[in-house]
Amino acid sequence: MSIQPRLVEVRQKILKRNDLLARELRDRFGAAGVYVASLVSSPGAGKTAFLEKTLSLLKPKARVAALVGDLATDNDAARLARSMAPVRQITTGTICHLDAEMVSKALEGWNLEELDLLFIENVGNLVCPSSYDLGENLRAVLMSVTEGEDKPLKYPTIFNTADVAVITKTDLAQAVEFNWDAAKQNIEAVRPGMHVIAVSSKTGEGMDAWLDYLPAPAARR
Amino acid sequence: MHELSIALSIIEGVEEEMERRGTSRVAAVHLKIGPLSGVSKDALLFSYEIAREGTLLEGARLEIEETPVLLYCEVCRDQVPAVSMQRLYCAICDNPSADIRQGSEMEVVALELMDEYSAEAG
Repeated sequence: MSIQPRLVEVRQKILKRNDLLARELRDRFGAAGVYVASLVSSPGAGKTAFLEKTLSLLKPKARVAALVGDLATDNDAARLARSMAPVRQITTGTICHLDAEMVSKALEGWNLEELDLLFIENVGNLVCPSSYDLGENLRAVLMSVTEGEDKPLKYPTIFNTADVAVITKTDLAQAVEFNWDAAKQNIEAVRPGMHVIAVSSKTGEGMDAWLDYLPAPAARR
Repeated sequence: MHELSIALSIIEGVEEEMERRGTSRVAAVHLKIGPLSGVSKDALLFSYEIAREGTLLEGARLEIEETPVLLYCEVCRDQVPAVSMQRLYCAICDNPSADIRQGSEMEVVALELMDEYSAEAG
């Protein structure tokens, strides 16, 4: 008698462990009254400059902190520390994305009650981070004007899992003849209704719109 | 490429499921992967070949069903296919919709078990 395979239904999310951990993190953030925003983009789109500007503008008004992910080096954490906000580096080694467990470990020893806003800068990568929930309240996807208008069409999934799109390096837009209409149309095509903010971390242009987009500290309490 | 991490998560989840069911042989693992999950089928199949070595799934095939992107269209008042991943518009009336009903899944949907029950059934 030959053994025939028996098909049994399972229905199990592949990343259920990460999803569960992310949910626990989200609950912890909520209980502590801290709002968490993560940043994703390709390498070199200006996440760290944008975060540095954000932290230095928010520091006088709110209790801010940041986690920053990279494959190697703690250069970004050192840069961000100039804002005087607490910063921790997550070095992933060869891993191309952050996951909920790395975030959870990096938070050890931090009292979340003492924070209003926590930023998580993901590893520069427009593919892998899209699959992993980090327990954040907001995910911002950054694209710089120097990368071209068609980034959303090439990486629709990351735009799809993000809540807001931030176009960076607007001070260079003219030099690279950035086509604003095409960029906005492409974002609208892959994610209808997505809110778009344009900023220059260098000149500070557009940073008000970004800060206004984040919930005010009073609204979070 | 994060498909190796995904392959390891699949194996971990299936091994837990096998333990729960008290079975030690699986002939195949069936997945549903949507285009908006951020996972590439070919890269996952390739990674799985490497990841399964030395695990309980060493002899198990990976069967991947790719699901199409479906949206809810307010105009058609129905679940409809999207034009493409690059254009989340109703394929029937071209109305935009961010209400994604299918296409982001990344799930183990079924296992083909080889055990005494299947022997009886066979």
